[in-house]
Amino acid sequence: MSEHAVFDRLFGVGGHNIASDGLFLHGSAQIGDQSVFVIGTRDHAAIDGPLALRIAGAILQAVRADAGTAPRPILFIADTQGQALSRHEELLGLNGYFAHVARCVDLARRQGHRLLTVIHGEAVSGGFLAFGMLADRICALPDAQVRVMDLRAMSRVTKISLERLEELAGESPVFAPGAENYWRMGGIHEIWSADDNWPERLAAALASATDTDDRATIGLERGGRQLAAPTAQLVAGV
Amino acid sequence: MNGRRISYFEASARMRLSGLIDADSFGEFCPPEMRQTSPHLARLGAPQAFDDGVVVGRATLAGHAVLVAAQEGRFIGGSVGEVHGAKIRGLLDKALVERPAAVLLLVDSGGVRLHEANAGLIAISEIMRAVLQVQAAGIPVFALVGGSCGAFGGMGIVTRLCAEVVMSEQGRLGLSGPEVIETVQGVEEFDSRDRALVWRITGGKLRRALGEATRLVDDLIPAFRAAAADLIERYQSHPLAPASLHALLDEQARLTTRSERFASARDGREIWQAAGFADASRVPELTVEEFNLQLGEPA
Repeated sequence: MSEHAVFDRLFGVGGHNIASDGLFLHGSAQIGDQSVFVIGTRDHAAIDGPLALRIAGAILQAVRADAGTAPRPILFIADTQGQALSRHEELLGLNGYFAHVARCVDLARRQGHRLLTVIHGEAVSGGFLAFGMLADRICALPDAQVRVMDLRAMSRVTKISLERLEELAGESPVFAPGAENYWRMGGIHEIWSADDNWPERLAAALASATDTDDRATIGLERGGRQLAAPTAQLVAGV
Repeated sequence: MNGRRISYFEASARMRLSGLIDADSFGEFCPPEMRQTSPHLARLGAPQAFDDGVVVGRATLAGHAVLVAAQEGRFIGGSVGEVHGAKIRGLLDKALVERPAAVLLLVDSGGVRLHEANAGLIAISEIMRAVLQVQAAGIPVFALVGGSCGAFGGMGIVTRLCAEVVMSEQGRLGLSGPEVIETVQGVEEFDSRDRALVWRITGGKLRRALGEATRLVDDLIPAFRAAAADLIERYQSHPLAPASLHALLDEQARLTTRSERFASARDGREIWQAAGFADASRVPELTVEEFNLQLGEPA
């Protein structure tokens, strides 16, 4: 499905005004009666410093625009193959640029903006950590691919053969790529099907979004992360 | 510690901790006796650790209450799995209740533990949110980076979320490790065996010159302790204010300038030159004291 067709399905024809500029998406849309900011990446973007700054800049603009009025929700559209891999980006401190984006997301949350993420395409590792994964509620479209690293690269890094990794992936959701596995572990709140009414699901997701991080509890309820919540509670003692 | 010169880089997580905090002040949460190990490593037949590679607890530092987490780089590269990550997240949750003078993260990690990659990635995202929440409540989190694994992957992002980043020259900080970049982009892009180059791209002197690290200290446990104690005092008299729109717009401008100013930079020497060092090629030879004296405004 083309990007435009996805937006038509998400917001209805005429319900969105989203410009794409290179790998960056920016604009507004309607979820029911509610106007929302839309900020995202496209075409499996490898996120580098300048792209991170565009995302951060758009979040700050949204916060500034709504200062003193009812803060509108922000919808992140995540399609990223991960962080840009280059010596130049590392030299300038790409981790610091991503931390800046995360601080901007946090500011928006503290200012009362509800934050939703829709994963369209891929959500991988550092690119996903930087903004999409920090939303109040994370929804995956049916085609979404979610992972830390593909198995070939993982095989190179861990020196475990690809065949062995593929075998393990079949039996271990905690390690194998896939939106379904993230759903079971609470890292994704909902996965939509092609038959769903997406505007309705979007409105319901927005209505249920809160500013507390409930992912460990959800992961426990769904059986995908049995130790995260109890271990954190054991340490926190609360 | 008898005043001996103990290398922070060489020490284990528990040794670092015992030299960092006040003597006999440490109380560990979820200690090794509780055997909170990773079930995922067991399933893969990989070695396990009774603390899952991270020590968390409560202590005092120069008399101030602190909560501390120390990652063990010798255990699967200090990597973050489900239990490891949950211990750090739980510690940060506890900070909201106990309100210590600071939370200290002794980071020594390559990032997500690939054996339990999905759980590790989510755990790091939870740590990121928890660090932000703790700091929004006015409690500063300090990252101390001087171990053999540095602070990479998601832990590189977590480190930069912290109010202060204390590094030694030996410490390294970044997102993608040199080996990953070399594997994917080729040795011409980044030769990970060229150790001098690796440190010029990711090392403490480079990060300090960029302002990514806020302190550069000697590779000695007492030097990290002195820096942490000094920072705690500073935050006692000037409490941490939650990041404001104004502050983040400033940071946006600063990073935009950095990207434009160093649009084609590929070596730390270019940064050092911009940070006021007369002879950038000699920066690696400077002692920490000389470096700190010669450093102008971070670039």
